[in-house]
Amino acid sequence: MTPSFMRRDRVFDFLAPPLPPDALLDTSHGPILYLEDISVSFDGFKALDALNLYIDDGELRCIIGPNGAGKTTMMDVITGRTRPDAGSAWFGSRIDLLRLDEPAIAKAGIGRKFQKPTVFENLNVVENLELATHGDKAVWRTLVARMDAALRDAIEGVLATIGLEADAYREAGALSHGQKQWLEIGMLLMQRPRLLLLDEPVAGMTHEEIERTAELLQRLAGEHSVVVVEHDMEFVRSIARKVTVLHEGCVLVEGDMATVQADPRVIEVYLGE
Amino acid sequence: MRWLMADKGGLVMLAVLAVVVIVVPLANLVIPPDSALHVSTYTVTLLGKYLCYAVLALALDLVWGYCGVLSLGHGAFFALGGYAMGMYLMRQIGERGVYGHPVLPDFMVFLDWQALPWYWYGFDMFWFAVLMVALVPGLLAFVFGWLAFRSRVTGVYLSIITQALTYALMLAFFRNEMGFGGNNGLTDFKDLLGFDLQADATRVALFLSSALLLALAYLACRAVVGSRLGRVVVAVRDAENRARFLGYRVEYFKLWVFTFSAVLAGLAGALYVPQVGIINPGEFQPLNSIELVIWVAVGGRGTLWGAAAGAVLVNYAKTSFTAVLPEVWLFALGALFVLSTLLLPRGLAGLLRRRGGAS
Ligand SMILES: Nc1ncnc2c1ncn2[C@@H]1O[C@H](COP(=O)(O)OP(=O)(O)OP(=O)(O)O)[C@@H](O)[C@H]1O
Ligand SMILES: [Mg+2]
Repeated sequence: MTPSFMRRDRVFDFLAPPLPPDALLDTSHGPILYLEDISVSFDGFKALDALNLYIDDGELRCIIGPNGAGKTTMMDVITGRTRPDAGSAWFGSRIDLLRLDEPAIAKAGIGRKFQKPTVFENLNVVENLELATHGDKAVWRTLVARMDAALRDAIEGVLATIGLEADAYREAGALSHGQKQWLEIGMLLMQRPRLLLLDEPVAGMTHEEIERTAELLQRLAGEHSVVVVEHDMEFVRSIARKVTVLHEGCVLVEGDMATVQADPRVIEVYLGE
Repeated sequence: MRWLMADKGGLVMLAVLAVVVIVVPLANLVIPPDSALHVSTYTVTLLGKYLCYAVLALALDLVWGYCGVLSLGHGAFFALGGYAMGMYLMRQIGERGVYGHPVLPDFMVFLDWQALPWYWYGFDMFWFAVLMVALVPGLLAFVFGWLAFRSRVTGVYLSIITQALTYALMLAFFRNEMGFGGNNGLTDFKDLLGFDLQADATRVALFLSSALLLALAYLACRAVVGSRLGRVVVAVRDAENRARFLGYRVEYFKLWVFTFSAVLAGLAGALYVPQVGIINPGEFQPLNSIELVIWVAVGGRGTLWGAAAGAVLVNYAKTSFTAVLPEVWLFALGALFVLSTLLLPRGLAGLLRRRGGAS
């Protein structure tokens, strides 16, 4: 094979205009996320054991599983926080996640909400959203960045989506637990990711808040692919189309909610607790 | 300018600085020495010193208060800036040294050196020295920060290696063969840009330069803190991983702030040295860097004017205290630190803020 720099039908890579990172994302061949045979062990303990998972473009997927099943660890692998011992992870068919670090993965279009809500407590809601905005995040750019009309509109749009208009200038640290969860989801939206990973987004929310969150997530699916990890079964039932059950680091069952709930292995795992 | 108007504490600080800058020189140069309103040259220099410390405190507050990186070695950057200025001042002495050598500083003649070491070249030119004042601390901070932040060294570990850095530099500068005057350091300066360092007018000019540096440093830090970069830095302090998953290369932000801060510290050191008339390896002592942390803690980390005010107040207390009970000072300093940490986590600035009810 001719090395790429010798091919006459191509310009040199370094001369080509830089591609925006998300231009690389190619989902024409099917899923947006491929995890294959991913294994992670911590001091000999297998947190993930040859895990396989495929998420389709635009899908809303719920992942459930008992405590310690490896759900958070799976998100750590996807977002570059933990390197697996074996396996491969692809975002679309072109982006090899295992070769990127956290900021690069975020830039490529994967947004993540942590299990414990993490917002910037000493900044106000608008500032939190501002920092999350999609765009160049180099040091010099942020030094000279200004809040322009487009950004202000984007922020207002997200504020309306997450219902925090009235608290726009409150410090994030002063928000209620549920509001923090929403703010964090709002921050993800500002990033304009293609794939959203939400780790227990309704933990600590009131009934009403949970309903609003369910509505919000359903609206997001389609335009984004959404992966939700949740323990709250009622919530999962209200949004789920397809559910994956993780147990001891690998997929136990996958299917729609009714099938999954009727599966004897799932019942055993949950009753066994 | 909007950010400046909203910054009440900063405006007060700049206003006080403006008044001091007008009153002190007049009181020294115009009011006759026998008047009760006369300010002695000694006091002018002392104030100039405090202002340099205030700049150093701003530098530390930026990395510690805003970025959450507790450097216990910031005195090293201050001292390096001081040494760069000291080298210029040494070369200005020329033939007026004890040994009357046209080029070599006295200590080199004393050591029987025949030629100027290469790293002393260029220091006879003021612009070169000023460049080095910024470049040497900046470069050291850049290399050090690059290694430390990239390997994700944080928290206590980072504090300890910064402390080790300043300690290692102290040991190195103590050695005669380093060519920086060994444990005597650099001293016996005569003049700066042709002005006699002992003259009242020069002292006043140095004091004014320190005030100007403080004002400019304050505005620069304010601009950084008020920019989006400033918010990213606070974000890194509060939730480093969140910032990373938003796509910020946290290491680069820390590195930038650390380097910027080191340059500021170097500039402060450079103005400090001609005022005190000496720079020696003692400036690298870990204790100095720790005292610096206390100034910022007492003044209020995370508020720029608080850090500057803390530096001036604690040093004023130190001057007064050591005049009366020198052996008690360190205990008093320790107590001050413990009390401010326990009772005033946001320092004096936090206290005033709570009183004022505004933020
Ligand atoms: N950094 C780590 N070091 C050692 N063990 C870890 C680490 N992270 C996770 N584990 C272990 O790996 C297993 C899977 O953890 P993980 O957090 O992925 O579970 P989870 O499915 O998210 O559980 P939960 O529902 O409680 O959030 C657990 O047994 C946990 O103790
Ligand atoms: Mg978890």
